Amino acid sequence: MTVAVRIRGAGRTNIDRFLTLMRVLLLGLLAIGLVAFIAQQLAPDNPFAQLTHDGETAQRLSWPQYRGLIMTGLSQGAMYGLIALGYSMVYGVLGFINFAHGEVFMVGAFTGFIMSNKFDEAGWWEAGLFIPAIIITIIACTLVSMATAIIMERVAYRPLRGSPRLIPLITSIGVSFFIQNAVILLFGPGAKGYPPNPEWLERVIPALGVEVKKLLVIVFAAISMAGLWYFVERTKTGKAMRAVAEDKEIAALMGINVDRTIVTTFAVGGAMAGIAGILWGILFRSVIATTGFLPGIKAFTAAVVGGVGNLGGAMAGGVALGSAEALAPLMVLEPLGVDGVSQLRDAVAFLLLILVLLIKPTGLFGERLSAEDRA
Amino acid sequence: MSNVIDDVSSGELPASVDEVERGPFDLEWREVTGKGGLVALAQVFIALAGMPVGLNSRMLIDPILSLGYLSLLWPTFILGWLVGKEAVLEGVAATKKGMRDVVAGAVVGAIGGFGLSLLILGIDAFNIRDPLVNWSPQTLELLTFNRGNGFGFVAWIVIGAAIGGLGGSLHVLPGRMPRALVTAIITVLSVAIFESFLVDVLDPLEFLYAPTGGLTVVWAAILAVISFAAVMLGAGDRIGAARSAYRDQTGPARARTTAVLIGLTALALVIIPIFTGKITQELLANIGIFLLLALGLNVVVGLAGILDLGYVAFFAVGGYTTAVLTSANRGDAWPSWVPTLSGPGGWLIALGVTILMAALTGLFIGAPVIRMRGDYLAIVTLGFGEIIRILFLSDWLNGYFNGAQGITNIPPADFGVTEVKGTDPRSVFYLVMVFAIISIYTSWRLERSRLGRAWMAIREDESVAEAMGINTVNIKLMAFVVGAVLASFAGAIFSAKVGSIFPTSFLILVSIIILVIVIVGGMGNIVGVIVGSVVLVGVLGGPKQPGLLQEFSQYKLLIYGALLIWMMLQRPEGLVPNVRRSRELHLEEFLQDAWLRDQVDADEEGRAAEAGAVAPAGGGA
Repeated sequence: MTVAVRIRGAGRTNIDRFLTLMRVLLLGLLAIGLVAFIAQQLAPDNPFAQLTHDGETAQRLSWPQYRGLIMTGLSQGAMYGLIALGYSMVYGVLGFINFAHGEVFMVGAFTGFIMSNKFDEAGWWEAGLFIPAIIITIIACTLVSMATAIIMERVAYRPLRGSPRLIPLITSIGVSFFIQNAVILLFGPGAKGYPPNPEWLERVIPALGVEVKKLLVIVFAAISMAGLWYFVERTKTGKAMRAVAEDKEIAALMGINVDRTIVTTFAVGGAMAGIAGILWGILFRSVIATTGFLPGIKAFTAAVVGGVGNLGGAMAGGVALGSAEALAPLMVLEPLGVDGVSQLRDAVAFLLLILVLLIKPTGLFGERLSAEDRA
Repeated sequence: MSNVIDDVSSGELPASVDEVERGPFDLEWREVTGKGGLVALAQVFIALAGMPVGLNSRMLIDPILSLGYLSLLWPTFILGWLVGKEAVLEGVAATKKGMRDVVAGAVVGAIGGFGLSLLILGIDAFNIRDPLVNWSPQTLELLTFNRGNGFGFVAWIVIGAAIGGLGGSLHVLPGRMPRALVTAIITVLSVAIFESFLVDVLDPLEFLYAPTGGLTVVWAAILAVISFAAVMLGAGDRIGAARSAYRDQTGPARARTTAVLIGLTALALVIIPIFTGKITQELLANIGIFLLLALGLNVVVGLAGILDLGYVAFFAVGGYTTAVLTSANRGDAWPSWVPTLSGPGGWLIALGVTILMAALTGLFIGAPVIRMRGDYLAIVTLGFGEIIRILFLSDWLNGYFNGAQGITNIPPADFGVTEVKGTDPRSVFYLVMVFAIISIYTSWRLERSRLGRAWMAIREDESVAEAMGINTVNIKLMAFVVGAVLASFAGAIFSAKVGSIFPTSFLILVSIIILVIVIVGGMGNIVGVIVGSVVLVGVLGGPKQPGLLQEFSQYKLLIYGALLIWMMLQRPEGLVPNVRRSRELHLEEFLQDAWLRDQVDADEEGRAAEAGAVAPAGGGA
């Protein structure tokens, strides 16, 4: 919200110096980590590696390990990207962070759990009828997530339109809390397991060294993204959404029903989250009421990394975040001598958010926001 | 201008003169069915969330009403009342209150009851217990009063109609009756709910309650009659008069009254724990710790308007610093120059270091986020909160913080003359009180200082504040630091109280609960924050600490969430609002009301236009 004009060189405060220091420090650590990693791959017993590993020889990653990490990162990232689309669209149109969007995703995953278990009881899931079963499940997840998002907008956000920006954000924290605990109370607190996937989904493709299901997730995310792109860029409703994102009042003057367009935005974002939810279920085969929290925050991170309001950016940001999360612990932190790097995956995601906001607050691909939201 | 603001806060306009009379069955059917459907949905949700079954063992009025049934009945009463409530606009004819409102309430209640009736049939006919854990015979048994489905089916419709009608009748009853009725209901329910507390403070009160818990019917009736009669005889008016007399006082007289009131409260707080049992003392100590945290967050969110979702980080830093400095069981990687403080005053020295560490953390977290947009700042602080917890948990720093095992064997805070330890919650409470007084005094003085005014200016409009020559960056950083220091008090006391700390004590959940306390109480108002922490932590309980309603532990997070939504929608300024803040939030209504009453003179119009122009740009108007 600061509109201050800063003239280069003038008015540099201690804060600015501190921020510059932090930027340099973070980027420096990143660079040192990467260089150390490369050195370690070429010569595992170089002096720096011995220093950071207490004299032991550093481990070397093999090609299949890289491949596995990258594919894991991509499939996770595709999911983050799908969730991020909802954040990005809502932020573009209404200018607030829908904190509860992660719960929409969780509701999708939960619907998937219920449907898949019912199909499993009927003997469809693992047998030859998997394809129709999964299609029906995906449709159900999409619809339920969509409905959750629409009800959320109607009950909690519509009455707050026009209030100060932080008010809907705080409300959405309440919504998130409420949905999470409502799910715990309605369905019980434990982790819910999906039935085992059909054998062909778990098979590893030799050429890529990755399970079919991960590939499926990536393909599915790509299809959904393409569909969304067509919807936003080529249809009339999509055009209305873009117009409302640009300027609500003028859009209303042009005869666009702003309320309905906002509902559509929530619905489309919810649908994407629902698809991400069922994909999560197939990938990890387990869902719990708090499943939505971390992926939700990370998806928001992805949206910021790609540039809020920018749909392609959200997807790219998701992939970038997923890969960073999979690779950075081993490629940056481990060479620096940090122990137990896999525990720090979540911290990596948040650090990436801070890094991007410090260095390029508008995201890698630029924000697309209306003038008032940019202020 | 001041009377205008008073009207806005009470939400009332003078009743209009014209009233239209309508027949008892001439209802707004759309609204009535809508509200009825809402009641039905709420009741079915509550039933399926398991509240009636889970809370049924707690009797309120033995043997008529349990907390479980109360959880099903309150929506009926409230919406039965709400449906007859009508916004009276100046210049628009209002409907005359009459039987129509009672009928509307009854219909709403009946529709709501019908929802439960359908649920009875549903549970009887289908078995979907697989995903829905409370689609169970126990729920059915409770809903049918154990007397067969047909009885239950009819009973809920009748009960719903009766209670909804009672709610609607509040509009019709003459004079002081509605207020007396509500007072009687609230008195009976709160005496029943606070049973354990009241008996703990004053043993002889046990005669009120049945041996299985809950008021006896006779005493419930007597209490209801007494409170009803008291209000009818004008007790409410007298309290109101006393309050407005206090408000009308000015200068030294008012200061004297305030001092006397504060003194009495403090005296009560010193005396009460002497007579109570351990459970109540523990409860008071927990309230105190959350009060300390809420006071700190109030500076950040309420005064400076910075939404810090990672506030728990400062609590964690405070707790861990004290633990590391006093416990013998800390990680073994610490260099020898980091002492293990023990003996008299050791805790106080540790506290000094803790404050310093918290302030540094505040600076470190605050500096990178201070220039960000308000909502980005919220998410990034949340990220920092998680990062700090992950670091305490990680193998990487295992040598320092023992990872998931946490730091144990933290000695009690030793002051030479006395020791403050977890097994003696009274001492913890007194220690917390001392710090609460320090925090309250600090934030009270800060609010009236140059710094506090700068914070409020930034909260209301950052660009304007900057244009007025306020160094927004430094001022906002100060808010972070002050908030962090206040939270570190709580952390230091917490670790001495519990004796061992783990990363799981510092989940993001804690941040959110503190935020709810501040918002429900009233952002930016110290009294509000005190009320918020007493009501929420005292009754519902903290994230892990039980409150008075121990049976609620499963449901309290759901209630926290619902409360947060409801407060933001209905009363964003909180229970005890800060005058400035509520004016900010209701600017539009305030102007509209003034305009309707034709009270906007030229001068005010100018001021209003100005205020409108600088109002924070949210979405479209």
